Amino acid sequence: MNTRSFTQSVWLVTEREVGSKLRSKAFLISTGLLFALALIGVIWGGVAADSDSRTPVAVRPGTAAVVAQLDDVIETTEVASVAEARDLVSSGDVDAALVPGGAEPFGYTLIAEDSVPTTLLAMLSVSPEVELLTTDAVDEQLRYFVALFFGLVFFVAALTFGTTIASSVVEEKQTRVVELLISAISTRALLAGKVLGNTILAMGQILGLSAIAVIGLAVTDQGELLDGIGAPLAWFAVFFLFGFILLAALYAAAGAMVSRQEDIGATTTPLTLLVMAPYFLVIFFNDNPVVMAVLSYVPFSAPVGMPVRIFVDEAQWWEPLLSLVILLATCVAAIVVSAKIYQNSILRMGARVKLADALRT
Amino acid sequence: MLQLTGVTKSYGEHRVLDDVAFTIDDGRLTGFVGGNGAGKTTTMRIMLGVLSRDSGEVTLDGAPLTDGDRRNFGYMPEERGLYPKMKVLEQIVYLARLHGFSRADATTRATALLEELGLGERLRDSVETLSLGNQQRAQIAAALVHDPKVLILDEPFSGLDPLAVDVVAGVLQTRAARGAAVLFSSHQLDVVERLCDDLVIIAGGTIRAAGTRDGLRAGFSSRRLELVLGGDAGWLRTEPGVDVVELDGGYAIFDADSDETVQRVLRRAMESGDVASFAPRHPSLAQIFKEVIQ
Repeated sequence: MNTRSFTQSVWLVTEREVGSKLRSKAFLISTGLLFALALIGVIWGGVAADSDSRTPVAVRPGTAAVVAQLDDVIETTEVASVAEARDLVSSGDVDAALVPGGAEPFGYTLIAEDSVPTTLLAMLSVSPEVELLTTDAVDEQLRYFVALFFGLVFFVAALTFGTTIASSVVEEKQTRVVELLISAISTRALLAGKVLGNTILAMGQILGLSAIAVIGLAVTDQGELLDGIGAPLAWFAVFFLFGFILLAALYAAAGAMVSRQEDIGATTTPLTLLVMAPYFLVIFFNDNPVVMAVLSYVPFSAPVGMPVRIFVDEAQWWEPLLSLVILLATCVAAIVVSAKIYQNSILRMGARVKLADALRT
Repeated sequence: MLQLTGVTKSYGEHRVLDDVAFTIDDGRLTGFVGGNGAGKTTTMRIMLGVLSRDSGEVTLDGAPLTDGDRRNFGYMPEERGLYPKMKVLEQIVYLARLHGFSRADATTRATALLEELGLGERLRDSVETLSLGNQQRAQIAAALVHDPKVLILDEPFSGLDPLAVDVVAGVLQTRAARGAAVLFSSHQLDVVERLCDDLVIIAGGTIRAAGTRDGLRAGFSSRRLELVLGGDAGWLRTEPGVDVVELDGGYAIFDADSDETVQRVLRRAMESGDVASFAPRHPSLAQIFKEVIQ
């Protein structure tokens, strides 16, 4: 019999964490659901993009040229007469009709059913140069959805696995398995193994979701979106890795401070708020460059903030690197502090361990 | 040989262990007896290194105990702990691997041990589906699977039926016979009395008595004797220096005031007829226990 090296011990614990989770039906079902939802989302996005969302407009040969430049937003139907155009508008086959005649400088008239078609009017007043600018920038809605995607994925994964690690620490403490474990291996090895195991699971889920997103976008012909999202997605994976380790270490420490599953909320609630904050902030402020810049450097929101900024091209090349360095430093600090709390609390049964006691050397 | 000297532990103002010192010898079963809150669990946890001590020393074969030594200890905590949802065999294999065995070795050992403890049929069941008694057996397997040199078991017999007690006792005796130093605490004084070679009695955080079981009994026996005669033993009542405790025909239990009295009674008994039995009555562990903790 050999005494285990630190890495071997860590790996054994990791293996058990991953193995027991992979055999839990609840985990497999929830992961399957998550993947299915992602797949449906991507496919639905593809269908929505495929279906013609252009505004149908009836035109006469003389007026077709007016909207020729707006081909990607307006679907034209050529009609034989103005009367036919009116009929199409009344029947709802087209939203509006563009017929010759009317006051200069336009020389045409827009016919609509019962309200002024303001969107169409706005389109018609757009000059070609402005149009070039608008297709170049990321549109508002897409920005929002990308922010929502990163925010939601981070929020769900961090919360799921953060809670998992905290309750598994409490389980070991409550059932006293921990006393057996640490009579065999060091507390540090145990903590490291638990954090690593859950990080692997969380990363697995993230990579699975990313793969579904990438493959789904490719298959459903949303290639252009893929070009724009590839780099942010890769950055998201990297940021998520360290962001999650940071949270996992803190969740483990929070779990170690209580002795019963019922009390777990008392110490994990502050962490849960910490995980939820970036999600809501990024969603509410995704169009505010200053707030986003700050969020992309704060370690707890950087995994969501920075990829969104990279997506909308607001980040310089060095910014994600700097943010990553800050995240890494915070991560190391969190591990040191958590290891201390964990070591001081894991064998103290009964009342919740006070933070000051847990940090004492 | 595991030795404690001057071990002290306080929680705030409350001193739970005061100058605790005793020895557990290799190849022997040492019973650790004390009332609730006497300090048994605290002492055991300090020996295991899962709890720090304020002062004093724990040495193994004369050298201060290291974390490496402790990895070769077997431990059964007071409150039972195994993963409820993990399968019995898997769990014991996992613990054996944490202690350094390869997967194959760990599996062989765990299977053999669980079979020895009578859990051969339940290897693939999850721990939470086992009865309390069977969970206890699994717990004992967890403490033994890595063939520890030192075994520290907190109440290994509580919750076991008499048959299971015998199974577990047999396993522990085998381990001791192979050279392990075994310390176990128990409230079941009859089991301790039957099983242990050595005895440590703790009360109020201090060691009240420690030594071999027979030595302690001899030390505490107050010259109480049992006499069985062919004829009537009524004459004992008039014998000087004799205090009759029980008398029924040829059967008597009495206390003698000196060794001379004992010898005189024996001679008189032999003169009076056939002597079927003449033996010192050792106090039971329960009696010794009550006496020393007062």
